[in-house]
Amino acid sequence: MLAEAFPSTDELVKWPNWFGPTDSWYGFNKVAFLTLLAVLIPVVIYLIAGSKYRRGLVPRGIQTVAESAIDLVEKQVILPTMGAEGMTFLPLLLSMFLFIFIGNLFGIIPTAQFGANARMGNPLVLALLSWVVFIGVGIKHHGLKYFWDAINPPGVPAALKLLVVPIELISVFIVRPFSLAIRLFANSLAGHILLVTFAVLTVQVFTRSAALVILPFTFAGLVAFTAFELMVAFLQAYVFTLLTGVYIGSSIHLH
Amino acid sequence: MSNLVHVASVLAELSAEDQKAVSAATGAGLAYGLAAIGPGIGIGIIFGNAIQAMARQPESAGQVQTTMFLGVAFTEALALIGFVVFFLVK
Repeated sequence: MLAEAFPSTDELVKWPNWFGPTDSWYGFNKVAFLTLLAVLIPVVIYLIAGSKYRRGLVPRGIQTVAESAIDLVEKQVILPTMGAEGMTFLPLLLSMFLFIFIGNLFGIIPTAQFGANARMGNPLVLALLSWVVFIGVGIKHHGLKYFWDAINPPGVPAALKLLVVPIELISVFIVRPFSLAIRLFANSLAGHILLVTFAVLTVQVFTRSAALVILPFTFAGLVAFTAFELMVAFLQAYVFTLLTGVYIGSSIHLH
Repeated sequence: MSNLVHVASVLAELSAEDQKAVSAATGAGLAYGLAAIGPGIGIGIIFGNAIQAMARQPESAGQVQTTMFLGVAFTEALALIGFVVFFLVK
């Protein structure tokens, strides 16, 4: 049967260490390497694009890439969520966006074929970063009163506050980072498993002559879902950045 | 029908551990299936209304799009939590 050869989940997501013992803090495997690449590629792109020999009034080549990414984060994320005063967060949100996007892109790049965010570590750290930043911004703008103001929306009758305050407490300080991390992680993992399913199916069908009739469909599915994953990679990076922007914006302007 | 009877007889012959694995897998599949219903409907409503809004007022398309992706992100999170539960239960 087809199902027999489908690899187990552990086989799909656990990569052996290149060096260092398993589960040690300095063990280095493929996911860590891809994460490192996702950090280095934006750095290199911006160093090249920003070097003074290439910088021109009319952007060319790699400078176009760098400028359009800045433009996207500025026009689509910062201005709608925080307004002009949020421009101080451009470096944070831009590096967040590029790190997530390039990390996700590895999910469809041949020979890598595994998104750097498909293990819980990266999304968790990113979500905690966003959590710390929006709380920090709140404290900076409103002092320690921020914690009370954030969970106490104005105009609520006193009797209802008993209900509203705990709900807001959970939704602001617990659900926000949790859902940020889970959204990115589960999307990357689901995409990886989807591609593996179609790849395994194509290979299995290929080795069985009787089932060759459906081979075009499984292979077309593999190609189509690869394109779909490209969209998901971009969308998740965008959504993560957008939500971080919304959270920071809600810390600046309370309610 | 006879297939079902056959499945039932196979299940009855399994050891206790295997039966537990079978019910865990069934439960995990059911959990994810159920978790996908609500967000599926919700995302449909969000996109439908966003298209309507953009068709009625094309000049506000940019703002509608941003808000639409926010809504999709919040709704989708529920389905994804179901997906994670699927792996935890399995």
